[in-house]
Amino acid sequence: MAGFVSEHFLPARIHVREQKADWDRYSARFGVQWTPTILIVDPSGTERHRIEGFLPVEEFLAQLVLGLGRSAFARQQFSEAERRLREVVERFPGTAAAPEALYWAGVARYKATNDATALGATAEAFARQYQDSIWAKKASVWKK
Amino acid sequence: MEISWRRDVEAVLSEAQARGKHVLLDFSAAPA
Repeated sequence: MAGFVSEHFLPARIHVREQKADWDRYSARFGVQWTPTILIVDPSGTERHRIEGFLPVEEFLAQLVLGLGRSAFARQQFSEAERRLREVVERFPGTAAAPEALYWAGVARYKATNDATALGATAEAFARQYQDSIWAKKASVWKK
Repeated sequence: MEISWRRDVEAVLSEAQARGKHVLLDFSAAPA
């Protein structure tokens, strides 16, 4: 995990008791109210993804990749977003991040191509996996 | 290998902007 983090992020930590001034400043700036809270902040300083509460390693790694995908999506880098989001589904299929990533990967493809069949294909994918997730319900509106 | 968490948050945010990298910002209460 450390290798993935160092490759993709600059990691910084603020401790609630040991860095009281920084804690007050940045918890107010980002609206943080609980620990652990981990934010993925893009190069411009904008929060793009939030992880609240402890997660096991695989779930945590999946959230990091999901966050990179959502960050690319938010910055309208739709091809990069889709690549990252599909990576979540492929590498971490058993995590809570996977159905969310599958949903947003379909949206990213649609945004990149303006081809609505990407949404239908996503709805079909949810008929095969993650049927009980909230993301399957959201994608159900795209069924033909 | 451990994650090398930095404490100089403002410097990290500035460096991230200069290098085009994301920041992983951990608000923690864990024992050091």
